[in-house]
Amino acid sequence: MAQKAIVGEKVGMTQVWAEDNRVVPVTVLRVEPARVVQVKTNESDGYAAVQVTYGQKDANKLTKPEAGHFDKAGVAPGKRLVELRLDSVDGFSVGQEIAVDTLAAGELVDVTAVSRGKGFAGGMKRHNFSGQGASHGNHKHHRAPGSIGSCSFPGRVFKGLRMAGHMGHEQVTTLNLEVVQADLERGLLLVKGSVPGPNGGVVIVRNAVKGK
Amino acid sequence: MKTTDLVDNQYRRSDLPAFGPGDEVKVHVRVVESGKERIQVFQGNIIAIQGSGIGESYTVRKLSYGVGVERTFPVHSPIVAKLEVLKKGDVRRAKLYYLRDRTGKAAKVREKRDS
Repeated sequence: MAQKAIVGEKVGMTQVWAEDNRVVPVTVLRVEPARVVQVKTNESDGYAAVQVTYGQKDANKLTKPEAGHFDKAGVAPGKRLVELRLDSVDGFSVGQEIAVDTLAAGELVDVTAVSRGKGFAGGMKRHNFSGQGASHGNHKHHRAPGSIGSCSFPGRVFKGLRMAGHMGHEQVTTLNLEVVQADLERGLLLVKGSVPGPNGGVVIVRNAVKGK
Repeated sequence: MKTTDLVDNQYRRSDLPAFGPGDEVKVHVRVVESGKERIQVFQGNIIAIQGSGIGESYTVRKLSYGVGVERTFPVHSPIVAKLEVLKKGDVRRAKLYYLRDRTGKAAKVREKRDS
């Protein structure tokens, strides 16, 4: 698991120029300083994580359980509560701030977010099926999946067969993206390449677990 | 305003003259060879401008020893040391790809004169 993690919001994609004057495609993430609200340890909760919040939220708009939770921690209420799973939570204490500068340029990170919802999608879009012919007498079956099984033996459709259904709006992690810039002053993190989810979506950035 | 302007604005160039399709331009390109930097000039007509925002680019076409050569530069690229507009072109369309099929006098772009 990751040693360090941070939460941000996707702003959008653009490009920057690297030192050698080459264009680098980047995703801009807005990372406000995160405040630790609760530290979860193996002893107390069975796993290690820090629960953080970021941004500001009007205290009147909190539910009573939320207000009590923030009060107990003595932390100013933020937009939402996000849990960051970590290897170990040594050195984290309630009220501590985690800023963008935990990550440095050149580092590899994994980015987790909820992908864009595609709704009820057919086999061609959802599983890259080939579809069927446009001509040769085809009638109303251009994007149909084709055969989904045999005849009276087995007499049923196998479980897990790929078919049309809901696509997207699921947790997706993109591995090994390079940090291009971590700007503490403006609270921006520039990551090379694309990141799952729509602009404005919440993303969790952790140091890469598989990359070297 | 785009949401990524926060990042884009620091790379945006404001030192470039106004230019459009059909213009004859001199592009001063920074070339790094064996550690040394020198300026190479690419002179020709702008035949297309593609894209928008920080990713906008333009294509310059010239004839070099009878062979057509096209180069595309990002508008805000730092490798362009200077962009000079020599002549304004009088053209009726945004993409001048028809110039590729023409040679000699037919491949000339009329100059726009203020009157």
